[in-house]
Amino acid sequence: MAIFIDENTRLVVQGITGRDGSFHTTQMIEYGTQVVAGVTPGKAGRSFAGPKGEKVPIFNSMDAAVAATSANTSVVYVPPAFAAGAIMEAADTGITMIVAITEGVPVLDMARAHAFARDKGARVIGPNCPGLISPGKCKVGILPGQIVTQGPVGVISRSGTLTYEAVYHLTNAEIGQTTCVGIGGDPLIGTTFVDCLEAFASDPETKAVVMIGEIGGTDEQEAASYVKERVRLPVVGFIAGQTAPPGRRMGHAGAIISGSAGTAAEKMEAFEAAGIQVAKRPAEIAKLVAAALGR
Amino acid sequence: MDIHEYQAKALLRNAGIPVPPGEIAGTPAEAETIAKKLGGTVVVKAQVHAGGRGKAGGVKLAKTAAEARDHASRILGMEIKGLVVQSVLVTSAEEIATEAYLGVLVDRKGQAPIFMASPAGGIDIEEVARSTPAKLRKLRVDPRYGLLPHQAYWIADFLYDDPDQIEQGARIVERLWRVFIDAGASMVEINPLITTPSGEVKAIDAKISVDDNELFRHVEIADMRDTTSEPPAETLAREANLSYVKLDGTVGCCVNGAGLAMATMDLVSFYGGEPANFLDIGGSSNPDKVVTALEIITADASVKVILFNIFGGITRCDDVAKGIIEAMRRIDIKVPIVIRLTGTNEEAALEILKEAGCTAYTSMDDVVKKAVDLAGAA
Repeated sequence: MAIFIDENTRLVVQGITGRDGSFHTTQMIEYGTQVVAGVTPGKAGRSFAGPKGEKVPIFNSMDAAVAATSANTSVVYVPPAFAAGAIMEAADTGITMIVAITEGVPVLDMARAHAFARDKGARVIGPNCPGLISPGKCKVGILPGQIVTQGPVGVISRSGTLTYEAVYHLTNAEIGQTTCVGIGGDPLIGTTFVDCLEAFASDPETKAVVMIGEIGGTDEQEAASYVKERVRLPVVGFIAGQTAPPGRRMGHAGAIISGSAGTAAEKMEAFEAAGIQVAKRPAEIAKLVAAALGR
Repeated sequence: MDIHEYQAKALLRNAGIPVPPGEIAGTPAEAETIAKKLGGTVVVKAQVHAGGRGKAGGVKLAKTAAEARDHASRILGMEIKGLVVQSVLVTSAEEIATEAYLGVLVDRKGQAPIFMASPAGGIDIEEVARSTPAKLRKLRVDPRYGLLPHQAYWIADFLYDDPDQIEQGARIVERLWRVFIDAGASMVEINPLITTPSGEVKAIDAKISVDDNELFRHVEIADMRDTTSEPPAETLAREANLSYVKLDGTVGCCVNGAGLAMATMDLVSFYGGEPANFLDIGGSSNPDKVVTALEIITADASVKVILFNIFGGITRCDDVAKGIIEAMRRIDIKVPIVIRLTGTNEEAALEILKEAGCTAYTSMDDVVKKAVDLAGAA
């Protein structure tokens, strides 16, 4: 099994004709994702040509796309100024899984969009995230399909390439993954570590979880409490940004130590106090997971 | 992006929040002229993006215009937390009866703006929250409805007893909310919000941080950026759309992805070195971007070695390798470069680098150890 996306995912791509949207749509189709529709206002009636001549119909609105194709998941590649609107449009159709890749969405836009999506009962992943992948089943977003393989580990991360690094080591050690979720580097994200832990804990095929966090906010600390109280699976953690200076934004909008809060040290302590094994180096993650799985 | 106190006060004033009159001066003579025009006692305040200006001697009271000139000549050029003071705000001094704190920031956990108010103003609000939480009132504002009139009153009622001051306070709360939204801010703060002996409520210090992602909507605020208050390399990086933060070490880091960039800095430190910077070159293999990145890193004279750490996912390693070689051809680099490339098409990439005479690594640990060695030997 997998969490959030699998072989039953029917995906609509918002912003399918844009540079990123079209490139990654091809990649997703190649991986085997069922891309059933695209949305770009003003381009209804055309279709997107997949790598093997697949024709993905394009619609002007999410409403039309979902009505025509019974899509159940959307991925958002639209530019920052329109991303929050696209998320709300998707939520308004009754779609329950919205993956927002766009980086640079204004925070106050996202405050409104998250509130709106919650009211509609939709899960938002991101924004500013690489998306997610359930190896062998489905990928939504921009994660490279060739570095993952099917297996028993759930991966949750605030980062992109650092996740690839960790997953690459896992795959090389012949430890596959159920689902890898990039939850995003923004201060306001729709799906947290805790949400993913909850989903992995109820997935019978997930036998261990990797959490890759970073400086800024308190999501990791809340995840640590949750692991301590609720999660029976072994969990391995890593925190990036031990050498980051306070008050500076480290690339991700959410990666900032405010005052004395959100440091790597406090997150690592919280992990350790909850019995989460903390890797000191990215390469150690796969070793700790192997040990936890008794390999 | 942070804006200066004088800029923040201009936004408050435009929104109708009472702020004492004042102007900005770049020379002692200008400070004197402004003080003369204002009349009475003035405050001369250093305009830098750093806390603790008062303690550092960057805020002084002047009873006469001549005294304002003297203070300005001492404060201008002064260094506060590594930042050189380029300008001072000369503003009328106010008599203070009480001091309160009023601010709005984005609460990550609540995913909404949150007002913070305390009658214990003039001090660090984090400290108030820790030691005397009863003196802090918080209000989460629903981002869909915005601040409601009764909520503004509820905050002001916590700060003041006098009905007239509650009324003034409520208007200030409403207007501060307007400033927060209209500026696309991530934080606005009035500290302190004072009452004068005659009962007027006024903002005598203000701080505003703007969400970088909102700047495209607020050109007038984007123009407030003070590039003199940051290292030139950071200005260059921002203009090239690269995330760069200068640090104090000797290992120049060039990495794709923010998380991996942080992890690379951490690993440099783990192996006994010190990172010279954070730099995320993003997912592109474009040689122009790599050239700019190398220019930024080498502009820092303390860099003894340049470390590339690239994970090729969607971006193919061989493309990145070509980009790096092309960039190295275009600019003259005096320090050694070590490169690590892993992921999609790594074999082809290693071949390309080998042909060009570069040593390449596939393990992040190995390349970081090598970089730290080279930095130590240099």
